[in-house]
Amino acid sequence: MEKRTDLRRKLKELFDKQRIGVLSTQKKNRPYASLIAFAVTDDLKSFIFATPRTTRKYSNIMASSRAALLIDNRSNRMSDFRRAMAVTVVGTVRELRKSRKSRLIQLYTDKHSHLEDFIKSPTCAVLCLEAKILHVVDRFQHVVELHLNK
Amino acid sequence: MKLIYHLSQIKKSDQKFVGGKASALAIMAQEKLPVPKTICISTNAYNVFMDETGLRAQILMEYHRKSFDQMRWEEIWDCSLRIHNMFAKTPIPSTVVAPLSEEIANFFDKRAVAVRSSAVGEDSASASFAGLHESYLNVRGTKEVLEHIKLVWASTWSDAAILYRKEIGLEVEKSSMAAVIQELVQGQESGVIFGRSPVDQSKAVIEAVYGLNQGLVDGTVEPDRWMIDRDSGSIVSHTPATRTKAIVSASRGVKIINLKTKKRNKPPLTRHKVKQLFILEKRLAKLFGSVQDVEWTFDNSKLRLLQSRPITAIAKNEQTDDRKWYLSLRRSFDNLVSIRTKIEKEIVPAMVFEAESLKRIDLKRMTDEELATEISRRSDICEKWKKQYWDFCIPFAHGVRLFATVYNRTVKPDDPYEFLELLAGTTFKSVKRNEKLQQLANKLKKDKSLRELVQSGKLPEDSIFSQEVAALSEELGTPLSGMINPSQLRTKTFELIIEMVDTGHVKKQQKVRTKSSLERRFLASMSKSNYAFAQQLVDLARASYRLRDDDNIYLGQIDRQLLDAVQEARNRSVTVSKMPLDISRADEVANCLRNPNYRPESRKSKPIEVPDKQVLPRQLMGQPAGAGFATGCARVIREAEDLFAFKKGEVLVCDAIDPNMTFIVPLASAIVERRGGMLIHGAIIAREYGLPCVTGVPDVVELIQNGQEIAVDGYLGIVTINKGLSIN
Repeated sequence: MEKRTDLRRKLKELFDKQRIGVLSTQKKNRPYASLIAFAVTDDLKSFIFATPRTTRKYSNIMASSRAALLIDNRSNRMSDFRRAMAVTVVGTVRELRKSRKSRLIQLYTDKHSHLEDFIKSPTCAVLCLEAKILHVVDRFQHVVELHLNK
Repeated sequence: MKLIYHLSQIKKSDQKFVGGKASALAIMAQEKLPVPKTICISTNAYNVFMDETGLRAQILMEYHRKSFDQMRWEEIWDCSLRIHNMFAKTPIPSTVVAPLSEEIANFFDKRAVAVRSSAVGEDSASASFAGLHESYLNVRGTKEVLEHIKLVWASTWSDAAILYRKEIGLEVEKSSMAAVIQELVQGQESGVIFGRSPVDQSKAVIEAVYGLNQGLVDGTVEPDRWMIDRDSGSIVSHTPATRTKAIVSASRGVKIINLKTKKRNKPPLTRHKVKQLFILEKRLAKLFGSVQDVEWTFDNSKLRLLQSRPITAIAKNEQTDDRKWYLSLRRSFDNLVSIRTKIEKEIVPAMVFEAESLKRIDLKRMTDEELATEISRRSDICEKWKKQYWDFCIPFAHGVRLFATVYNRTVKPDDPYEFLELLAGTTFKSVKRNEKLQQLANKLKKDKSLRELVQSGKLPEDSIFSQEVAALSEELGTPLSGMINPSQLRTKTFELIIEMVDTGHVKKQQKVRTKSSLERRFLASMSKSNYAFAQQLVDLARASYRLRDDDNIYLGQIDRQLLDAVQEARNRSVTVSKMPLDISRADEVANCLRNPNYRPESRKSKPIEVPDKQVLPRQLMGQPAGAGFATGCARVIREAEDLFAFKKGEVLVCDAIDPNMTFIVPLASAIVERRGGMLIHGAIIAREYGLPCVTGVPDVVELIQNGQEIAVDGYLGIVTINKGLSIN
């Protein structure tokens, strides 16, 4: 099994390379999944994303802050079964206060500069998924967990 | 896209579609050299087959199940077996069958042909696939030819071919295979010209046998050998063979016949023919621009060339080219029969005799000097038997593999391991031992007062039950030999038997089996002429399967005698008592006894790795080695002592288990082992008891903690670790 430092480096590379992930939320036992553009901090603990407040995902998060985010590098080819890596980030979502000085928002706009106007809109919320566990799957069925708070 | 090439059509640039063999045959045919009627099925046909059927994707999934570097040879063999089964079960699509059938029927009708591999990439002396892929002789009729083309394609994925491609840096997943269909020449004398001798490059070698070439190529028939000086062309030496056999065509395939006296006494080639062959090799070397190895045959004295390839790069790659070793991974039936005789008639009886003789020696009455001498003697004895084990017992396991190949090829079962059903249920020594344990447990189950006496520790030592337990504890004690005294061992055996009282484990072999119906199915799949061979093969495979487990018990009994002598030394010497009980240090123990001032070097033990609390394994991939699913608490076996702590329902997690340790298996709910392969002891015993088993899980002993709840999926080869420790 990989050493922690190697695993963290591999994950950071994946998160830096991928721009979009699948966010899973739920409300009143009704699950929902949506694509989001994300950015992550170096310690892999904070996954930032943005959404209009009218969306179903936002409504779900307001009702239940527990969420999961899937980030992967699949290429939709057969080789994915041996080469693709998928990470499910599990944690709690909180809304960030929009401020010019916010380090997290800066991180987000650095990665997704084309979304700068989008997040400036008063109707857009910037959120942070505070990760507890990262479930890492590669080689089709090989799974390890990275526990961030231990 | 061209599926079929005639030799007259093949250009040099077509080599990537027709492979090395077809390309060389085309060059020879275009030079009007005597080549039999031949067509080539191109790699395009292979690729269409692989892609249209989805087989390529299926194979790559199987091939990449584990990182190649983490796979033992046995696992690669298993992987190859599963891939071959995929080929056998997948029909060739009609887009390929239709054009091939028409061409084969037009070209050969019902005449006998040879179907040979023509590997792509074999275009230089740096890569020679000679002997690594399959060729089939005496195949008749379109349907049969198509089946054999598929077998040739499948041989791209043989264990040896996979290993060799890896070694020379070819990507196995990108490899493809062409096939050559050649009119079978019923030659009376056949052989190979080796353009350069492997031992003396100034010489060429010609080997010749009576009958077909296959006997020479697979080592069944010993050839006559001529050495020729390459410069002068003169014959330097002739080494005659003990000529007894030849391979000839049977009604289907080939058969071995005994040679008549006249041929036994006469070399297959005259000096004139030897020279004729050497001149031919010179001509081919000029034609191809490099020295060649050439397969040939004489049909009524008319020379026919079967194939030519650049010589194998003996000198350059001698250090690194392991092709010879890969080829040794397959053993012929005759070779295995002779090994079996040796093991059953010589090795096993001698091992039993040796262990019994050593057991009778009273170590306590020896002086220190005598004990030291005895320890050294026993150490030599152990080494001697270990060597015999490696030289004969380990290779004999190929009996099961040979059977597996033949069974899967003829029966084409859905499950590539169905053949094991025919072998399981043989009475292993380890299983007999476990049955004795269960019988004692059953006695306790029936007799409550006896059980109470045993549990309270008040059962008299001279009672029949105590004596039965004492006798059995002797057998169980091999892994613990010397670590605990006989009385402690007896107590642990009692505890084990009490633990077994409620298991009610029904050994799989006692259930209704489909064994006889499978055997009938296998025999029915063979042609009449091969029926007797098939029966002999089943018998051989059963012996191979049984001995794979039993021979470890015999070896364990001999090791135990050395351990007992070392333990006696521990009782006498303070220095020895501080050393770990390890038979590899027997010589140091003997030195301690001889010289009280001798101090053995301390060997640093491997540092214990502290588990990382942040990175936790969740799902581990291994090989499915015993069908079934079970969950339970893990009992990780790190020391022999851990065996006796085993509780019923736990999952046995170990690095590598041997039959001397499998007495706890009836208590287990599943088995997980680091060592991989379907024929390792953990997998064998799991099948006997119908337990889910996953083998080949890298670092499993480090990754799983004692008491963790784990799920073992023996269908998919997955071990899932649930959180929490349920036991200490």
